Amino acid sequence: MMHLPESERERFQLLLMAAVDGELDAQTRPQFEHFVQNYPECQAEWLKYAKLKEVTQAMQFKNPPPEVWENYWRSVYNRLERGFGWILLSLGAVILLTYGGYQAIVALLADTEVELVMKIAILAVIAGAALLLVSVLREKLFTARTDKYQKEIER
Amino acid sequence: MPESEAENDHGLVLRSQRGEAHAFGLLVQRHMQRAYFTALALTGSPEDARDLSQEAFVRAYRAIAKFDAAAGAFFTWYYRILRNLCLNLRRDRSRRARPFAEIGESVMEQVAAATEEDPAVLAERNELQDALWRALASLKPAACEVIVLKDFQGMSYKEIAEALHCPVGTVMSRLFEARRRLRELMENYL
Repeated sequence: MMHLPESERERFQLLLMAAVDGELDAQTRPQFEHFVQNYPECQAEWLKYAKLKEVTQAMQFKNPPPEVWENYWRSVYNRLERGFGWILLSLGAVILLTYGGYQAIVALLADTEVELVMKIAILAVIAGAALLLVSVLREKLFTARTDKYQKEIER
Repeated sequence: MPESEAENDHGLVLRSQRGEAHAFGLLVQRHMQRAYFTALALTGSPEDARDLSQEAFVRAYRAIAKFDAAAGAFFTWYYRILRNLCLNLRRDRSRRARPFAEIGESVMEQVAAATEEDPAVLAERNELQDALWRALASLKPAACEVIVLKDFQGMSYKEIAEALHCPVGTVMSRLFEARRRLRELMENYL
């Protein structure tokens, strides 16, 4: 009985996959047939993988209720719309907060009735909050840049 | 056949790139079932499949301007977005360490029961399907993925290679390894 040479094993495995998936062409079909006809282990492998393919191909998923398909695009559209809404809201909020913050600081510095210690404390709170915000944003941006899947999502 | 149905993906992509949301809607409707079932096979949960496949369409729309419609098929490009969302979910789930039994059950609930009339054949087939799903759920994501794309989605090697950004030979070796592992897990049923 002939055994499949080790050097041919990888070649046979690729041809086997192509045969199982019906992707053999005129050039590779005779090569595969040669393996199957000359090596019993190749024939056995072929039968096993063909059976597995039969089983996986026969598998069917349960269909979701029809309303899932009926509302599918509407849901996608709603998400898109909400996404634009969030962008506008965030942009507006950033502008308002920046402008409001600036005006508040100017008014605070100009107010002679507020003690110096209080002014320093309020400014420290504002500066600390701004630093924390920038730090979190930078971390988020850094994570997005180094996330191994992000590149694919952006592509 | 209505014009919208006759128009190919390429035309719809070009119109979407010009900002026509309606054209993108047609693309979504054309591919939503494929997208949902692919996500379902990768996540095992209908809720996650619906959520992730829709989220992937949202991201695809936002990035559609960058997609070169002449270079590849829309679905293979879309699939890359979808797979990353599914892989992220699986990664998060593995961190949360869900019990295997829970994952297996949720996957199996989504398998359609066989409709054979002979009860013996029916029982055997359902048992086989359950076994297959348990086996698939325990494969590594990359192995599960190639089987889903090839056997459930019927994609060609070339399409899979394009979707996974790897040579056709790599697709074939991954498939062999995935099926070899699947066969080991299914040994008592085949």
